[in-house]
Amino acid sequence: MAEKVLMKGNEAIGEAAIQAGCQCFFGYPITPQTEVAAYMSRRMPKIGRVFLQAESEVAAINMVYGAAGSGVRVMTSSSSPGVSLKQEGISYIAGAELPCVIINIVRGGPGLGGIQPAQSDYFQATKGGGHGDYRLVVYAPSSVQEMVDLIQDAFDVADIYRNPVMVMGDGMLGQMMEPVEFKEREAKQLPSKADWAATGLHGRKEHHVINSLFLQPEELEKHNEKLQKKYAEIEKNEVKYEMYNCDGDLDIVLVSYGTVSRICKNVIKMLAKEGLKVGLIRPITLWPFPKKAFEEVVDRTKYGFLSVELSCGQMVEDIELSVKGRKPVNFFGRSGGMVPSPTEIANKVKEIAGGAR
Amino acid sequence: MDSRIRVFTGHFGSGKTEIAINYALKLKNEGKKVAIADLDIVNPYFCTRDETKMLEEKGIRVIATSKDFANAELGVIPAETLSIFNDKSYDVVLDVGGDDQGAVALGQYNRYFKEEDYDMYFVINTSRPFTNSVEGILEYIKDIEAASRLKVKYLINNTNLSYETHINHILKGQDIIKEVSKLTKIPIKYVIVMEELIDKLPKEIEGEVFPIKLYMLPPWRRDMV
Repeated sequence: MAEKVLMKGNEAIGEAAIQAGCQCFFGYPITPQTEVAAYMSRRMPKIGRVFLQAESEVAAINMVYGAAGSGVRVMTSSSSPGVSLKQEGISYIAGAELPCVIINIVRGGPGLGGIQPAQSDYFQATKGGGHGDYRLVVYAPSSVQEMVDLIQDAFDVADIYRNPVMVMGDGMLGQMMEPVEFKEREAKQLPSKADWAATGLHGRKEHHVINSLFLQPEELEKHNEKLQKKYAEIEKNEVKYEMYNCDGDLDIVLVSYGTVSRICKNVIKMLAKEGLKVGLIRPITLWPFPKKAFEEVVDRTKYGFLSVELSCGQMVEDIELSVKGRKPVNFFGRSGGMVPSPTEIANKVKEIAGGAR
Repeated sequence: MDSRIRVFTGHFGSGKTEIAINYALKLKNEGKKVAIADLDIVNPYFCTRDETKMLEEKGIRVIATSKDFANAELGVIPAETLSIFNDKSYDVVLDVGGDDQGAVALGQYNRYFKEEDYDMYFVINTSRPFTNSVEGILEYIKDIEAASRLKVKYLINNTNLSYETHINHILKGQDIIKEVSKLTKIPIKYVIVMEELIDKLPKEIEGEVFPIKLYMLPPWRRDMV
């Protein structure tokens, strides 16, 4: 077991990427994720890797595009408005089928919004963000340790499917400090990049071309069909979620991700003392969304589901698509950087369940 | 004899803010007239200014950037900060942002520090990756002294792993910090410890044992009733 250290979420993101073999980091400062870049600027040059503060988020994501095309592990990081700026590049990277990791430490929006924690980039992350028929795998850790583990997974998943992977945390997760261990990881069997990476001809005749332009409709449609097949594979293989306190008959099941799910776990303990049986479904991948978790509990959940978010109901539609009208789907959220207290959430649960028992 | 002005510096994330708040409360309990100034221009979350209400209720004067400016990240320090140098009836705690970038905020008060003695503390947590060795700590002391144009007078051992702190972490930190103390001739003034671990500390430990209560907690560790 490696020795535990105390790290700020943002620093741990940097170290996790380094341990995962990230060769290049391109970024631009924005609160609340600036410490990622600060950490990388200190560490990367010391170990002979590349850190570059780009002139903008647009430049940074295009540097990621280039580096990913050469087959190295590469990451960028930003917060909400900065991630909006990256969307064109992300679409190109998905179109060109390149692996990379994108960090979003989310702050309140829309627009410049504010600097306090939020989850209001759920739509942007899971429903496209940029143009075209593409998908990102989106991880939503709830602790600094889980964030470290998922970043290391993210690099593997990106390589396996040749697709950008996003790790999304609310601002709290970037700014808080927790003990963390960088575990020895089993070396995974990953596909070789030798048949596509642009690394020079080395005697080959055929060029490797990194491209997302397909001018002939027949070709572009064929390309899209290939991408869709890949996304279907991801939906089959990469869903991750946690079910907490979900055994037996339930009054209500909370659905929340990220740090909010930790508040929800306290709510569940509080409500148990008042005779209410409340469970939690915590999506760890926001896309692919853990639909099957709902199948496990829908028939034994009396009053249905409650989505608890630091946004205005962005996850509700995915829950409804999973529940398919069989039970009511309710919503409680705070936004703009406000974080709900356990009591507030508990009161909403009691309102739905018609009071304590 | 302690100086009237105490300055808390250290590597970013070393625990300065928790210690500064606890120290201000300790001074208040000793019956002193206390002011705490939040000079942290580095951190957006978990700052002394977030505890203004609690501190003011306890009768401590809080000097901090208003929420409007703090959330706009203007790196503003209120002009009111000057009053702590002029009104000598206050015992003062200065909570400074991390690293040399944070310590820059002290530079503007240089002429006041030349006129009046001060105690500058350097807070160390050896469970933090960049201050886990003697060399790392010495580098940060040098950088922070250069940026602040002040001298560190005392070291504080704040080695911890948050809610997973074991007594061995503190003792291991103490060994490293003792070595720093030997090389720099800067004494260890305090060993910080959570209440529940006090009994486990050896009696002969160098420095005064300073028990603290945590204020910078995430929401799920706050209102559990």
